[in-house]
Amino acid sequence: MERAPGSGRVPRVLAESPSACAPAVSQASLLRLYHRFRALDWNEKGYLSRVDLQQIGALAVNPLGDRIIDSFFPDGSLHLDFPGFVRVLARFRPVDDEDNGNRDPKEPEPLNSRMNKLRFAFQLYDLDRDGKISRQEMLQVLRLMVGVQVTEEQLESIADRTVQEADEDGDGAVSFLEFAKSLEKMNIEQKMSIRILK
Amino acid sequence: MKWMGFPYLEKAVFHLSRKVTSLVPESCLLILLGLVLGGIVLAVAKKAEYQLEPGTFFLFLLPPIVLDSGYFMPSRLFFDNLGAILTYAVVGTLWNAFTTGAALWGLQQAGLVAPRVQAGLLDFLLFGSLISAVDPVAVLAVFEEVHVNETLFIIVFGESLLNDAVTVVLYKVCNSFVEMGSANVQATDYLKGVASLFVVSLGGAAVGLVFAFLLALTTRFTKRVRIIEPLLVFLLAYAAYLTAEMASLSAILAVTMCGLGCKKYVEANISHKSRTAVKYTMKTLASCAETIIFMLLGISAVDSSKWAWDSGLVLGTLFFILFFRALGVVLQTWVLNQFRLVPLDKIDQVVMSYGGLRGAVAFALVILLDRTKIPAKDYFVATTIVVVFFTVIVQGLTIKPLVKWLKVKRSEHHKPTLNQELHEHTFDHILAAVEDVVGHHGYHYWRDRWEQFDKKYLSQLLMRRSAYRIRDQIWDVYYRLNIRDAISFVDQGGHVLSSTGLTLPSMPSRNSVAETSVTNLLRESGSGACLDLQVIDTVRSGRDREDAVMHHLLCGGLYKPRYRYKASCSRHFISEDAQERQDKEVFQQNMKRRLESFKSTKHNICFTKSKPRPRKAGRKKKDGMANTEATNGKPPRDLGFQDTAAVILTVESEEEEDSDSSETEKEDDEGIIFVARATSEVLQEGKVSGSLEVCPSPRIIPPSPTCAEKELPWKSGQGDLAVYVSSETTKIVPVDMQTGWNQSISSLESLASPPCTQAPAMTRLPPRSLVTEEPQAPLNLPSDLRPSFAFPPSLAKAGRSHSESSADIPQQQELQPLMGHEDHTHLSPGTANSHWCIQFNRGGRL
Repeated sequence: MERAPGSGRVPRVLAESPSACAPAVSQASLLRLYHRFRALDWNEKGYLSRVDLQQIGALAVNPLGDRIIDSFFPDGSLHLDFPGFVRVLARFRPVDDEDNGNRDPKEPEPLNSRMNKLRFAFQLYDLDRDGKISRQEMLQVLRLMVGVQVTEEQLESIADRTVQEADEDGDGAVSFLEFAKSLEKMNIEQKMSIRILK
Repeated sequence: MKWMGFPYLEKAVFHLSRKVTSLVPESCLLILLGLVLGGIVLAVAKKAEYQLEPGTFFLFLLPPIVLDSGYFMPSRLFFDNLGAILTYAVVGTLWNAFTTGAALWGLQQAGLVAPRVQAGLLDFLLFGSLISAVDPVAVLAVFEEVHVNETLFIIVFGESLLNDAVTVVLYKVCNSFVEMGSANVQATDYLKGVASLFVVSLGGAAVGLVFAFLLALTTRFTKRVRIIEPLLVFLLAYAAYLTAEMASLSAILAVTMCGLGCKKYVEANISHKSRTAVKYTMKTLASCAETIIFMLLGISAVDSSKWAWDSGLVLGTLFFILFFRALGVVLQTWVLNQFRLVPLDKIDQVVMSYGGLRGAVAFALVILLDRTKIPAKDYFVATTIVVVFFTVIVQGLTIKPLVKWLKVKRSEHHKPTLNQELHEHTFDHILAAVEDVVGHHGYHYWRDRWEQFDKKYLSQLLMRRSAYRIRDQIWDVYYRLNIRDAISFVDQGGHVLSSTGLTLPSMPSRNSVAETSVTNLLRESGSGACLDLQVIDTVRSGRDREDAVMHHLLCGGLYKPRYRYKASCSRHFISEDAQERQDKEVFQQNMKRRLESFKSTKHNICFTKSKPRPRKAGRKKKDGMANTEATNGKPPRDLGFQDTAAVILTVESEEEEDSDSSETEKEDDEGIIFVARATSEVLQEGKVSGSLEVCPSPRIIPPSPTCAEKELPWKSGQGDLAVYVSSETTKIVPVDMQTGWNQSISSLESLASPPCTQAPAMTRLPPRSLVTEEPQAPLNLPSDLRPSFAFPPSLAKAGRSHSESSADIPQQQELQPLMGHEDHTHLSPGTANSHWCIQFNRGGRL
């Protein structure tokens, strides 16, 4: 944040395409994100590359860190501009409910809808982008998350069971709908939100 | 104290009459009962006895309740809401104490309190400090029956636990001020009071954490003295309480933190039995203490010598505590909602205000007051009693209808699923990552930090190596799901597996084996028409299954010595090594079997519950088959074979047909194959259960046991299974391939006992199938069998490398001699076999 020399540029960027940038993200958050974006873009190239994100220390130790970084770069692109940056993060904006004054139910399907939040999580599993979490993909995630104490064999049986648990049509893989269904009891809107992005 | 038994009897009665307890919280009933009892005692003894002594209360009655609530506190939920909890506990309690005290003083100044209540501002503040704290015992007793949503519960309950520090400090500070006399109190004393708030609360928490650390560390080294594990938990937690109490720190906070902090590591370290012991002992103690507290509260209230009534004071206090509680909650919530992701809505606030129950802590504190220093003590006592009774009885009674009427979100208990657990972890990681990206070090960031610190250092230090796995939550859910499946499966009456359902094989289950085998025998010797339900159930599934069952039975026999040894040793805690290893092994086996049955139930819904096994087998087959097909090209040929035979055994293979018709049919039609299938099945089963006992189903067909037994010890994942299947397939096909097989196998043959599987297999087959097979059988006989026998050893080797426990090897050795024996008997026809079988079992049992 200390390196935001072009703070004069902030309004310009925001003014350029406020809605394209970040629908429904408040100005304050947007400004904050912009500062963060510039801080991450340490050599001021105007976009972020994977390396920029990988330099965030904590992400390196996050078991899903690589996948999450990848999700900032859709379709294999190498550059992440500010609108793209905000668009990804906008999914984690809390869902405004009745009690909250600052809601705007204009967008039909806002980025922070339940389904979009779920979709973000889903694509972390679905590496080959075939719309299904196969057993193999499940196993890979489990391997990342469960750690070394559990043997491969046991991991496999966990993966099997996890897939079977959610798999409703018996195709041995978890589709997005099945994925959403398996979490229908969970308060996703609440779990997948970060307050400061309000 | 003989009458102490009475409350429990009464409690049992309350529980029996659901109608009463569904309307009236137990705590109310207990207090009322206490009142009645107190009246009786008073009438009989002419003086009040069995009072609630503060010493007893704080030293013996309170700690178990607090430990229980700290230990079983849902820590994730607690820390998720820590901010709110702390605010309510600290700010809320301070607010309540000062406003109530000041308002009462104002009431007195206004002349609404009778002048005989001699109290100054400090006295009222002291009274306010003791009456303002929400009581954990009362809250727990009432809220546990109300089932509001978790967030609401944890906030109210967490507050009641953590506000102890504030209460203690306020009480002590005010008490000392009163004793000093308000004139002597200087500015520094106020500062000291504020400082002591931090010292007492943080000190108490620190003491608790230190003991939690000690406790976790100690349990790491109790591997050989399992028996002291539960004792350690209680001793050290109590030591934390006493230490904090001695140091004048917040003892409740200490125990809460101790329970909260140690649980994760202790649970991972101690044995399963110890876990159960700790759980139930803790719950029992807490429940006892709670019962006694409420009873004593009721009894103590009868003692009119202790209290003096003043309507103004009583009514004023009641009004003020309700009013200021509500006001405080609203104000704090408004502030908190600015920072909360999920704001607390109005209904939550109502419940929170109304749920501020006062209880025994306030009563004990007020009893502790010194009458010489505080002349109005008797009035305070009376007021406290009324307040406690009012909150526990009136509010306790009405909170349930209120919650219903306001439609407060109830807690919904849904079973944990692996998906939820896994995805929840994913979400945590995602959120932590997003916070990293955003550059905001918020809650998720710190939680993530903590978890990594915990993983890297704390867990390494405080947990046994062998306990790591238990620690993993995903694994834990997996484990619990499997256990649940097993239990429900057994409950369903799946007779095939009835006693294998749970991990630990026991003597009774072995007996059941013998029984079933006897019925088998009867059936065998009887006619083909079986009216026995059990038999009918099993008959449909076909011979192969019976085979499998038989193998299973035999496996059971073979396993016996080992388990027997274990059983005799488990009474002492010296042999823990063996036991632990076995537990682990059995557990893994169960996992595997549960998985299979889960699969099968999921996919073949149409089956009756009593037939899990065939399904399972079929299912597994399929998996294995798929794999083999991918790897070697043999299977297709087998399919060719099967087609003809499929017709023959339709009845038997019916079940499997949905999922994998081709394979089962294939196996069924070929006697040999069929045996192989059975073995795989058995193997699986044996592997899995480790318990072997059960074989309800009936037929006694010894041949395949040889195979099964050999492989029995070897247990491994599906990859291995695949190999296994492939061995079958080669058996089936073969003539051309046999030479190759034989060569590769010849070396192994020496290891395996001479196979004679075929003959029995054929005899078992129904006539029709026999006919069709006959041409093939002779061809296959010599060469096929060998592969089937030769394979196991190789598999076993592979399996051993896979399996973690070294137990397999001895096991297999044990098996060898028996197998040899079996092989010889194979050739004899059915009845002879069955005889043999039974004898074998008996022998095994001896």
